[in-house]
Amino acid sequence: MKRYSAFAIAREAARYHSGWGRAWAAPQPKAKYDAIIVGAGGHGLATAYYLGKNFGITNVAVLEKGWLGGGNTGRNTTIIRSNYLQDASAAIYEKARSLYETMSQDLNYNVMFSPRGVIMLAQTHHEVRGYQRTAHANALQGVETQYIGPDKVKELVPIINIDGPRYPVLGGLWQPRGGTARHDAVAWGYARACSDMGMDIIQQCEVTGVRRDGDRVIGVDTTKGAIDCDKLGLVVAGHSGVLAEKAGFRLPIESLALQALVSEPIKPCMDVVVMANTVHGYMSQSDKGEMVIGGGTDGFNNYTQRGSFHHVEETVRALIETFPMISRLKMLRQWGGIVDMTGDRSPILSKTPVDGIFVNCGWGTGGFKAIPGSGWAMAELMAKGHSPLAAEFSLNRFAEGRFIDESVAAGVAH
Amino acid sequence: MSTRLAHTGRLLTKARQIAFTFNGKHLTGFEGDTLASALLANDQMLVGRSFKYHRPRGIIASGAEEPNALVGLGTGASFEPNQRATTTALFDGLAAASQNHWPSLDFDVGAINNRLARFFPAGFYYKTFMAPRAAWKHLFEPIVRHSAGLGKAPRDRDADTYEHFYAFTDVLVIGGGVAGLQAALAAGRAGAQVLLLEQTPHYGGRAPVDGGKINDLPVDKFVEQIVAELETMPNVTLRLRCMGAGVYDHGYVLGYEQLSDHTPGIPGPRHRLWKIRAKQVITATGAIERPLSFAGNDVPGVMLAASVRDYAVNYGVSVGDRTVVVTNNDDAYRTAITLKTLGLEVPVILDARTKGGGDLMVQARALGVRVETGKGIAKVLGTKRVTGVAICTQAGEGAVLEEIACDAVAMSGGWSPVVHLWSHCGGKLIWDAAQAMFRPDVDKAPTGASGEAFVLAAGTANGALSLGAVLSDADAAGKAAATATGHKPKSDSAPQGETPAEALIEPVWMMPQGAGVKLRMKSWLDFQNDVKVSDVQLAAQEGYESVEHTKRYTTLGMATDQGKLSNINGLATLARALNADIPAVGTTTFRPPYTPISMGAIAGEARGEIFQPLRRSPMHAWHEENGAYWEPVGHWRRPYCYPRSGETHADAVAREVNQTRASLGLLDASTLGKIIVKGPDAGRFLDMLYTNMMSTLAVGKCRYGLMCSENGFLSDDGVVARIDDDTWLCHTTTGGADRIHAHMEEWLQTEWWDWQVYTANVTEQYAQIAVVGPNGRKLLEKLGGMDVSRETLPFMTWADGALAGIGCRIYRISFSGELSYEIAVPASQGRALWDKLLAAGQEFGITPYGTEALHVMRAEKGFIMIGDETDGTVIPQDLGLNWAISKKKSDYLGKRAQERSHMADPNRWKLVGLETVDGSVLPDGAYAVAEGVNDNGQKATQGRVTSTYHSPTLGKGIAMGLVLHGPDRMGEVLDFPRIDGSVAQARIVDPVFFDKDGEKQNV
Repeated sequence: MKRYSAFAIAREAARYHSGWGRAWAAPQPKAKYDAIIVGAGGHGLATAYYLGKNFGITNVAVLEKGWLGGGNTGRNTTIIRSNYLQDASAAIYEKARSLYETMSQDLNYNVMFSPRGVIMLAQTHHEVRGYQRTAHANALQGVETQYIGPDKVKELVPIINIDGPRYPVLGGLWQPRGGTARHDAVAWGYARACSDMGMDIIQQCEVTGVRRDGDRVIGVDTTKGAIDCDKLGLVVAGHSGVLAEKAGFRLPIESLALQALVSEPIKPCMDVVVMANTVHGYMSQSDKGEMVIGGGTDGFNNYTQRGSFHHVEETVRALIETFPMISRLKMLRQWGGIVDMTGDRSPILSKTPVDGIFVNCGWGTGGFKAIPGSGWAMAELMAKGHSPLAAEFSLNRFAEGRFIDESVAAGVAH
Repeated sequence: MSTRLAHTGRLLTKARQIAFTFNGKHLTGFEGDTLASALLANDQMLVGRSFKYHRPRGIIASGAEEPNALVGLGTGASFEPNQRATTTALFDGLAAASQNHWPSLDFDVGAINNRLARFFPAGFYYKTFMAPRAAWKHLFEPIVRHSAGLGKAPRDRDADTYEHFYAFTDVLVIGGGVAGLQAALAAGRAGAQVLLLEQTPHYGGRAPVDGGKINDLPVDKFVEQIVAELETMPNVTLRLRCMGAGVYDHGYVLGYEQLSDHTPGIPGPRHRLWKIRAKQVITATGAIERPLSFAGNDVPGVMLAASVRDYAVNYGVSVGDRTVVVTNNDDAYRTAITLKTLGLEVPVILDARTKGGGDLMVQARALGVRVETGKGIAKVLGTKRVTGVAICTQAGEGAVLEEIACDAVAMSGGWSPVVHLWSHCGGKLIWDAAQAMFRPDVDKAPTGASGEAFVLAAGTANGALSLGAVLSDADAAGKAAATATGHKPKSDSAPQGETPAEALIEPVWMMPQGAGVKLRMKSWLDFQNDVKVSDVQLAAQEGYESVEHTKRYTTLGMATDQGKLSNINGLATLARALNADIPAVGTTTFRPPYTPISMGAIAGEARGEIFQPLRRSPMHAWHEENGAYWEPVGHWRRPYCYPRSGETHADAVAREVNQTRASLGLLDASTLGKIIVKGPDAGRFLDMLYTNMMSTLAVGKCRYGLMCSENGFLSDDGVVARIDDDTWLCHTTTGGADRIHAHMEEWLQTEWWDWQVYTANVTEQYAQIAVVGPNGRKLLEKLGGMDVSRETLPFMTWADGALAGIGCRIYRISFSGELSYEIAVPASQGRALWDKLLAAGQEFGITPYGTEALHVMRAEKGFIMIGDETDGTVIPQDLGLNWAISKKKSDYLGKRAQERSHMADPNRWKLVGLETVDGSVLPDGAYAVAEGVNDNGQKATQGRVTSTYHSPTLGKGIAMGLVLHGPDRMGEVLDFPRIDGSVAQARIVDPVFFDKDGEKQNV
């Protein structure tokens, strides 16, 4: 693999960039792999990457029915934070956040992690108490957050309206090392690194069946033929339920469309990420200048990755209250992504009833921020059969009632 | 240079001159001009700088597809960035400023990027800026951010207003060109309700510019007639300046009407968002011309051929004196003919097709225009303005045959139907190789709930390019839509459109076809985002093979025009690079809106005070007049306390608590949820809903109940009163009323649909006032009218009657531990009763108290509060509420969940009271730490604070919390680290701090 650097660009510029090779190879599947990951989104590619990097397992295929990074990895609002309330959540999201800090250097691919800071606004007394609690919890969890007053909020976000008539800003939970990253680059960077380790990323390859020998997985059927494997990781977000059914078990997952939109690009006006859970909306400004806006999920289950309008209306309405100047901006495009929601809104990282099959799903509305931590834990789980980061997120928590519920701290979006 | 022509301008009113400014320069135009046409008339060809390389850019189009001519419009609270000059109507006093340059449009420092363009190919930023690590955030990213963006951010609150409008129609026609008009007429004549939206201020689309005849009439005349007929039809509604923005599931369509953008300052809303439900949608949205990809195709003065024609015919503006036409199809000949007829020079028509065109070519030649077939442009000469073109053979590599001086270039790469609205909701496309276009696949239209298609494309939007084909296609679409909505179309035939014999287009995706890399690096695909042919080829070379990868890697089609000009050229370039067929590469997804729509319009009227209308109790005004400090609770606002002058909030709360405990307090409890549950199965239903047994509650009695989610977690609590045999009244928390009512209905409608139960949320129908304190009974006796004695109205009962002549229901319930009556009266009587209670209570020092005093008093008594002691992870058993869980019932919501192993785990944290060792108040939300760390290295914890207050009654801090084995550890001292690193120490105590035996409430 050719290393990326300013020097390499200069060298290539001299020959009109004719020397750049493929970022990742386009191989045909082999007959057998030690491990197959289904789903070449961020989580699947990160799982493969850490299988190779941390455990030396490189005879790995990542199968993707569409194009890599084309699901929620390429559709989210790119927020990265780890100010979670529950210990298990804080652990895995903070692991992910810390891996984002060095991801560009680790992958030699600029994913543009920008620790510009994330504020979650407190706009009711109840939220004030909730975020004060989270600040206490984060201090013990090793997550750097701070409860700040409205003046500090205004200082960090000059365009915010802190004394609106309806929901004045009473304070906020501030995570200075939270931020954003370039979502596509995360998938592409991992894909390039995986390919470089000799792994096969096979796009346009849909898994049509899971082959078992009794309670043990032995391979998959795909649109490119049957492929054998010892271990199988299902990392397909919104379609997890569909794939689990092929493998012969069920998952407690519902699939819903989550709505997002961007404005036309404008010159920089907001440096931090702001989440307003009381009024349901969050916003940041991308490096291109677009205001990136996310809201809620549709109230009905479906698999269409389409925008619907009612949530966009509610979200924009809420954000105009919070940032009055956006009223004269224009919505450039809206889209939907299918999010996989569990009963406690926390992910599943787990062994399954089928020996050798592992699932990584249920990240719901907040999976992007978790990608490296999720891959790290999933790889450890697949390689060793146990991962402390994943332990609390096992499937049997639903049977035991051991929920990891963030709703008190996360509200609309996490 | 570009200038105003003397004799054309069909959309202008030349008698009305309009003054405007551009970058502070005073200019004039005419009524009917767009900002773009007026700028061109003033020879302002350079209008902006591109996003990445800051290249000088001019106007390239005449409509919504324009990528370059974006300006900041207005000032202050009316400032708006990124306005398209081509769709902005000129008005008196319009002030426009170009964007994305410093210090000026003519001299832009950012243009250094253009010099360095070779070092900034597609995706270069993924390959560099990585070291040192901190440099991205502190050095590189700020530079990238500053140089990106386009217009300036608005600063002020929007001065304008917006509104929403709702419409229902049989047939919605999007587009008011000849196709849309004909489709509307056909559907309207059949009797269907028709709504037609046209985004521009004119009907007719581009047909009047293109010429030809319909039913032997000039197109303008035909348009006039058909509009006149439509306007007389009562079942047809026409709207100008109203764009079809998005098509969603089930025939839901957004319309975006610009009401006063062209006449700022007039009263009324600026934009109106139409929310339309249509049974059938006809997209008669026309087509957009494609640029050709040759080197320098972005130099100001290079324009789409049909747009050159638009400016000449519609606005009387010549883009240049000498215009070279370059094309791969016949349509661009119309431009040459138009210009020539107007007396302008057309030095040459370069037709990339070796055989050239049909009738129109013959006409052009007859006018004396030189036509070169099989030729193209090797490159455009000039930087800020076209000065000439270098001609080459299309089949070659770009060897220059000849240079021709000119000051404008009219290019045409063919036409792409506007399929956006067709595609928004899942309509599929097919590649029409003969016409080199994607057009709607009529067999794969968007389908509605019934599985039937609900969108029809018509006219050019459906791939019909000639006038004759457009009209017959549109007529058929209008009739089909009428039929689909249950109407019988007339059997009349479609108007006859003149159709000259045209030669077929030959797709040209690169000019010349063998262009070397130096030319490809100057051949623009996406003008605004600066994506070149070489960029798409690099993406393919590097393995970004999916059209979505290429789009994202190069940013092709992601600019404010959303790829209206660039997408097809880009994906054709990608297909060539991959050696694949165009349909195999496919398109990116079309997302709403068609062109950007204002956030203000999306939000509509709901802003400021009415963003989410406030709910007010009947006593709200009294609270306000008496200095209430408000706390938002759900959509209500409740008094937190009533501070008197000189009092802090804490002082006020202490006074309110002390006075209530000592004598008499008054609370507005109207916001508490009140839900009537009625019917033969109501008791059985409530037994399932509550953990307690409610069916056995005697009429006249009250019972405190708990509700859990199906996962077993405590979700709400409140007192239930049995009103009669089949009626119960359930009190919920203030924030829980709507949620619990919905929860009840969800179970009734989805699970127990055959049970005879009716629910009604009557929260707002009643005002409820709590009279609290040892003198409460005396006060009610003084008002008179009901026996409120201990014997007649004991604790946890209720009675109907009248107090001081006001009909009421009194509940003997208490959330403070004091003697307490909650009096419910019709909302209209609430204020009257409140005033009477206040007046009569003077002698007892009656003191209205707010939510904080309520909280303090309930905490002193160890009563839990939903939302404090509960957070969605707590079960009643954690809170010592086992007494409220019926052991007799076989089932209730949450029961099975609570039997799961973790729920029954003895190691769950349990409710206790907490008292600091030093009497201070424990920090809210603090955790009790334990020894060591967990598997993930986090500090171990063994409990947390759920509520914490200063108790005026006890004169010290009191708190409630959940602690591991808490009830078995009375007297133990725990460490609660504060955020500042210090540690608060607190002792585990009984959660009931005051009046442990309940002697005060049960008197």
